[in-house]
Amino acid sequence: MSRGPQRLAHGGRIDRDRPIRCDFEGRPLEGFAGDTLASAMLASGIAIVGRSFKYHRPRGLFAAGVEEPNALVTVGEGGRTTPNLPATTLELRAGLRARRQNGWPSVTIDLGAMNGWLAPLLSAGFYYKTFMGPRRGSWMTYEPFIRRAAGLGRAVHERDPDRYHARHAFTDVLVIGAGPAGLAAALAAAAAGAEVLLVEQDPALGGALLAAPVTGPLEHWRAQLEAAVRATPTIEVLTRTTAIGVYDGRTVALLERHDHAAPDPERGAARETVVTLRARAIVHATGAFERPLLFADNDRPGVMLASAARTYLNRYAVAPGRRALVATCTDAGWLTALDLAAAGTAVTIVEQRDEVAPPLADAARGAGIEMHTGATVARALGARAVAGALVEPLAGGRGRRIDCDLLCVSGGWSPALHLTSHTGRKPRYHPELDAFLPGDWAAGDFGAGALVGAYSPPAAYASGLAAGRAAAAFSGHARAGRTPPAPADVDEPTTFATALAPPRHGRGRTFVDLQNDVTLKDVALAHAEGYGAVEHLKRYTTLGMGTDQGKTSNVNAIAMLASLDRRGIGETGTTTFRPPYTPVSVGALAARNLGRHFRPIRRSPLERWHLANGATMIEAGPWLRPWFYAWAGADVGSAYLEEMRLVRGGVGICDVSSLGKIDVQGPDAAEFLNRVYVNGFAKLAVGRARYGVMLNDDASVLDDGTTARFSERRYFMTTTTAQAGEVMSWLEFLLQTAWPELRVHVVSVTDAWAGMSVAGPRAREALERALPGVDVSNEALPHMGVREVALDGIPLRVLRLSFSGELAYELYVPANHGIALWEHLLDRGAPLGIKPYGLEALASLRIEKGHVAGLELDHRNTLDDLGLGKLAAHDKSYVGRALRARPALQAEDRWSLVGLECLDAGARLRGGSILFAAGDAIAGHGRGYVTSVTFSTVLGRTIALGLYQGGLRHRGEEIVCAFPLKDETVRARIVSPVFVDPEGTRLHV
Amino acid sequence: MLRIPCPHCGERDYTEFRYGGDASKPRPAHDERDVRAWHDHVFVFANPRGPHREYWQHVQGCRQWLILERDTATNTVGAARLARDGAGA
Ligand SMILES: [Zn+2]
Repeated sequence: MSRGPQRLAHGGRIDRDRPIRCDFEGRPLEGFAGDTLASAMLASGIAIVGRSFKYHRPRGLFAAGVEEPNALVTVGEGGRTTPNLPATTLELRAGLRARRQNGWPSVTIDLGAMNGWLAPLLSAGFYYKTFMGPRRGSWMTYEPFIRRAAGLGRAVHERDPDRYHARHAFTDVLVIGAGPAGLAAALAAAAAGAEVLLVEQDPALGGALLAAPVTGPLEHWRAQLEAAVRATPTIEVLTRTTAIGVYDGRTVALLERHDHAAPDPERGAARETVVTLRARAIVHATGAFERPLLFADNDRPGVMLASAARTYLNRYAVAPGRRALVATCTDAGWLTALDLAAAGTAVTIVEQRDEVAPPLADAARGAGIEMHTGATVARALGARAVAGALVEPLAGGRGRRIDCDLLCVSGGWSPALHLTSHTGRKPRYHPELDAFLPGDWAAGDFGAGALVGAYSPPAAYASGLAAGRAAAAFSGHARAGRTPPAPADVDEPTTFATALAPPRHGRGRTFVDLQNDVTLKDVALAHAEGYGAVEHLKRYTTLGMGTDQGKTSNVNAIAMLASLDRRGIGETGTTTFRPPYTPVSVGALAARNLGRHFRPIRRSPLERWHLANGATMIEAGPWLRPWFYAWAGADVGSAYLEEMRLVRGGVGICDVSSLGKIDVQGPDAAEFLNRVYVNGFAKLAVGRARYGVMLNDDASVLDDGTTARFSERRYFMTTTTAQAGEVMSWLEFLLQTAWPELRVHVVSVTDAWAGMSVAGPRAREALERALPGVDVSNEALPHMGVREVALDGIPLRVLRLSFSGELAYELYVPANHGIALWEHLLDRGAPLGIKPYGLEALASLRIEKGHVAGLELDHRNTLDDLGLGKLAAHDKSYVGRALRARPALQAEDRWSLVGLECLDAGARLRGGSILFAAGDAIAGHGRGYVTSVTFSTVLGRTIALGLYQGGLRHRGEEIVCAFPLKDETVRARIVSPVFVDPEGTRLHV
Repeated sequence: MLRIPCPHCGERDYTEFRYGGDASKPRPAHDERDVRAWHDHVFVFANPRGPHREYWQHVQGCRQWLILERDTATNTVGAARLARDGAGA
């Protein structure tokens, strides 16, 4: 079996005993274990791997690794569909289903190529110019079309059936990259006594050495290094693992891929695992990417990085072409040329330098390679694929055509400094290397190999040994140990000197960023229009913003920009690299935090009862609370009204366990409360409770609630559900930082107590029936009175407080007795018709009573805005008092609390509606907004609370509540926010 | 990810803590009525690039408010002590 017309008969790192067949666009694609999808495609003669982003030009394989800009494929079916994966990083495996993208009706015959005719429209900044102008609406019209025509692969909406895991790990020394530098660093650090984790994104160890011929001395040495690493028990090796981000404190996010093992989610196996790794020291040995040379039509299929051609040839035993032209300014290009020639390919070298090292020239001559020095490629020829190149002398003069079907380019090296930049360290330009290198190093970070300019294998190895030793020492391990020797006889050149030659302008487009279709002309245009800073250029042209993050394009673009500015590349600088280094699936980031594991749910101790008795639950912040009960209706719209009528006319019971509860104790507790509440608490008597409001230091309202005094030194504070955590932290802050002299302890007891509110005109009767030994008469337990009693030996706190405006009691028992008390109250109150009511009715009852709650307490409103100014004491200091006096907060036209009564009784009013005075145009931010809205069963009409400019000074005025998103307007009258029992007589019966 | 050395609980991930702002300037006395003093305390910050002292609370641990030394330029964490042991400034 040939496994493809381009496959060589011998060589490579593929396992010819393990043929593999996968599905490529519904047809079988064959290859061997060790292939990537890209190498199998190339072996099979698939020349066009995709269509370009904007112009739909045919594109071929350009690279052999993560930097590949063109060969993006969609993998998998249904919920497993993953778009935009570089075929160069996908291991060939049975069961792999892949397809090309971005072509319609297909990649080979693409009607979208006519986008090329629209090129003037699609130049730099076209999104901004075309769609952000005065006729902005046009974006809405064109966006779906443009996305479909110019987009990348598409994600699906189906659920992904695969599993993704997350784990934490720790090590002394993390080595990122397993090329010669990384292997050396791992061995040296382990020899010094450190525990080492070596991570490599590739399935194999060796990095750039894997591109060398398998029969040469480099491979012999690589195998020795790998054996030494594998034989060291203190080196853990993770292949198929990418360091995707480096964060503070040497925390590194690793992505482990398990696709090669065909993980079965049914058996709990993960497709990918994100590892949060903490390392004492890090050796960065991430290598370098080859830079392309730029010339017109440099995107033709068949134009390929020289290092990639060498990789396909030596690693995968695939001939990337029959007649090759190598355009280079580096010795690396010559290595590719020599290997291609040795494999029987006809080769021409076009070298920008006037001369190269004599051994290279001699070797090339001996291999029968045609050489042109002092020349470069001005243009690639051919329509759907490269058919030749126009070669011009750099000194000037006529160009000549040279035929080829493979055009290798080698324009120097760009160290992969993405990870070292993640923590904010700026790269620095080194003119002697024509490259940006990591600028400085944080303590504990070390660099080695091509990343720091040590390109040749022996140099990389030596720098790896040094970095490994230094990292081990930093992690506390400095034992003297032995490491394998550097290679004695290596046939790689040691000079990789390059020159960033200015690109040649010819007819046709010269692409800087192949993935995002950004041309030199776009860069020049952006520069001419004032986007000359690299960060501006990036955003204006989208250069480097593709899924490859411009790994092959950034430095060339910077060089172009620098030449336009006539200044140094170092001065021009680079853009900022951010995680992830390579694309990460959302599934891996989510890991197991799905569904009910997404975030913790807080549950009432009464939840079991609610679920068994017809409650529909609703999320309220982190809590699940009963929304409404089936006894009152089948849907919330009818049920809550029935529940409201129950409370206004009889008696109901509601679970209020989610309220924040704080135990406040100590000799100075009274003084403490007196400082944090705006109103007086110093004289609160034992057996009494008081409503109180707390401010932040800036005088905005933090929270309200009730605090009861059960003894001289013991208080029981309740907070709103939403602010419970905030209030607790604030009290702790004040006690620990501001007033450490106060002898007070605060403890959150929210989860310790179940709370329930018994409310309605018949609430006292219900309590009398349920608590026969307790005197709950108005004399013994007046409004705001509290009692601590025992019921069957269980402590029970009874607080006469009302949220609804009706006669009401809050009862608290230890949480594990909650259901017993709840059932007891329902049982004894049954003759009175007592029934449970839910959150919707609770919230509606408080709107009728004009009580502010979470929607009004948004940390932006002052005491006066909420109509609570009269609460504030004048004879004491309280938190927020001084800043409350700021003139702007006292202005009369501040948005403050009003009640709203809809003129049309049954009007549908939405929360968030914008308020306008009667004559106002319905535009802009208006004069306020609706915070809370409900239907009042008492008034028989829709009512609301809201904030309105000038507040109740406009009482009686008719205004307009607008909801522009739905084009709705509702007329309403400004009234007192207390709709029910404004005198409070019901509270004192 | 930052790690904070809690005097009670040892070195812990910063995700167990909540940030509490600048700890380098004294809070005005509780009965201070001068608006300017409170204005400066609540709204005016030096926002230095470099060494800084800030409040962090170990909310998922001992609940103690700490004063932490942190370099805002390098995000390097230094010593932490209990806020109750002494005022910030
Ligand atoms: Zn702690």
